[in-house]
Amino acid sequence: MALNNSKRQILAPVTESKSNGLEYGELLRVSMDSLMANKLRTFLTMLGVIIGVASVVSLMTLGNGASNAITNQFSSLGTNNLTILPGRPNRGGPPGQIGVQPLTMTDVKTIRVLKLPINGPVPNFTNQATLSAAAAEKSGQVLGTTAEYKDVNTIVMASGSFFSEGNVQSASQVVVLGSNLKTFLFGSGEAVGESIRINSMNVRVVGVMEAKGGNPFGSVDDQALVPITLAQSRLFAGRSTSGELRVSNITVAVKNTEDIPFVEERLKMALRDARKLNADGTDDDFQVLNQASFLTSLTQVTSLLTTFLAAVAGISLLVGGIGIMNIMLVSVTERTREIGLRRAVGAQSKDILLQFMIEAMVLSMLGGITGVIVGSILPIILTITKIFEAPVTLSSVIISLTVSLATGLFFGIWPARNAARLNPIQALRHE
Amino acid sequence: MTAMITIEGMTKVYTMGEFEVHALRGVNVTINSGEFVAIMGPSGSGKSTLMNMIGCLDTPTAGRYQLDGIEVASLNDNDLSAVRARKLGFVFQQYMLLPRQTALANVEMPMVYRGIPASERKRRATVALELVGMGNRLDHRPNELSGGQQQRVAIARALAGSPSVILADEPTGALDSTTSEEIMLTLQQLNREQGLTIIIVTHEADIAAYADRIVTIRDGVVLHDRKNEAHHGVE
Repeated sequence: MALNNSKRQILAPVTESKSNGLEYGELLRVSMDSLMANKLRTFLTMLGVIIGVASVVSLMTLGNGASNAITNQFSSLGTNNLTILPGRPNRGGPPGQIGVQPLTMTDVKTIRVLKLPINGPVPNFTNQATLSAAAAEKSGQVLGTTAEYKDVNTIVMASGSFFSEGNVQSASQVVVLGSNLKTFLFGSGEAVGESIRINSMNVRVVGVMEAKGGNPFGSVDDQALVPITLAQSRLFAGRSTSGELRVSNITVAVKNTEDIPFVEERLKMALRDARKLNADGTDDDFQVLNQASFLTSLTQVTSLLTTFLAAVAGISLLVGGIGIMNIMLVSVTERTREIGLRRAVGAQSKDILLQFMIEAMVLSMLGGITGVIVGSILPIILTITKIFEAPVTLSSVIISLTVSLATGLFFGIWPARNAARLNPIQALRHE
Repeated sequence: MTAMITIEGMTKVYTMGEFEVHALRGVNVTINSGEFVAIMGPSGSGKSTLMNMIGCLDTPTAGRYQLDGIEVASLNDNDLSAVRARKLGFVFQQYMLLPRQTALANVEMPMVYRGIPASERKRRATVALELVGMGNRLDHRPNELSGGQQQRVAIARALAGSPSVILADEPTGALDSTTSEEIMLTLQQLNREQGLTIIIVTHEADIAAYADRIVTIRDGVVLHDRKNEAHHGVE
């Protein structure tokens, strides 16, 4: 065996560069090599992170979507609305409706004469009735109200028009239908100009409302709206035991949001005075529902729920991180001789530390990126198909990627330190 | 002749529980640049400990060790790594090649830790592999090479960074006698033609016989240190 004699010249001494040690690019290449060498294991290790990040992203996105949906729905109902309901505020005291005077048109008048910066008051008188058209019949809710209802509740008409103040004055036999109810009674056909029967009375359809979605008192989409005078005098038993005209609740729309607390207080004082109740509110038999504060507490609940779900998903990310640590520990043990070799040929302890740290972080980052993609699939499909608006937020992506990088760092550091601390002599002899 | 390695009064004591093991008990050796030396001794003689000291993998309890002008005995772990990277080339009994890397990548690997640019690494690795007769196997992986070929790649890896000393620990321990002879002749020729300082550690007399000088260790001290009379290989 002869040496290649044409290569007589000895390798020239290396001109040493000032910087000792290797660039991150080299470390990344070394880490990628070892990850690529065992693809199945690399994938299974990443799977833990993928599942964790995907759950965090999809739950945060869906949760935010649900929050937004609720907020939008309530905003469309007018968040500046105050609703006065009969009944004692829920704060102990005598339970139930015993001794509660119903709300009446007198209360409506009491509010009207206050000349507050509001639209309304709008009295609402709701009753169940049998609603029938030529082809269909159902039991549904009939809401007696005034013409102001349209503006106070920001109603948009799909066809026809809302009944007029004149209709209310003369207790006209007219009705405005919610969109669901119109579809039930008339299908896709024209409803305006047709007649329906409420119990046994014929009423003429003058308008159909656009779909509006739910509110805490049931959806207006399922209701039939008639002049309150018609409801009180001819359709239902409108008189209280004392002979006054009853209403179910009264709505006012406060013109400026800042005025809500002031209006709420004035309403309470006036009603207490008119109903001969204590001025300090201790024996109130009515309550004022503030839609803005209701919305606030509802959003708090949904965001709490979102946080909770994301935290549960975060636990699976933790499990994924432990998976990384586990496989890195195995990897360090398996590659003890390789570590010994690298140390013997001049790798410093910190080079070995970095090599294994980068490997753990590549695992967790690749897992994190894949997880973001997987976790976005469901929200994106739901958004595109318009089933549910759940746009993937940048914040959920950033949070997930940061957390998965931190997971890699946290769970990679122990195995990497183990590797860096190996004694080169013992590592070389490791079997 | 300049001294490449100067070892004076080197001792090494390992503490194992309650026992103190005196692995080296005052070794004095000087190896000159361009020498081909075999360190011999039975197991337990302290030759492995001495090899670890020469290889800058460990530091002595007492005594002096100078390698190519550097006082090694007092260096810290990082500086030892730097000295290993620049001054030493290792050849191991089990070749110790990275299994998934090509011959070229294996030879380049140590130079990565010296910050040598990729193009220069590749050039040096190619020249080194050609020097050991592996120029036509650059892209082969270890599992595609015979034991002897793997050890040639390992020798190329040791010399590619032009170290001051090549340190071979039982370089033929895993090879049959024919291949062993080829490997030893390769080392011998590298020493003769390239002027490399080579130290081999072995317990086999016929392997040591390829060297020009044989240092025999026993019980932690140098028993003999003499020129090799019964010389193997080409004169």
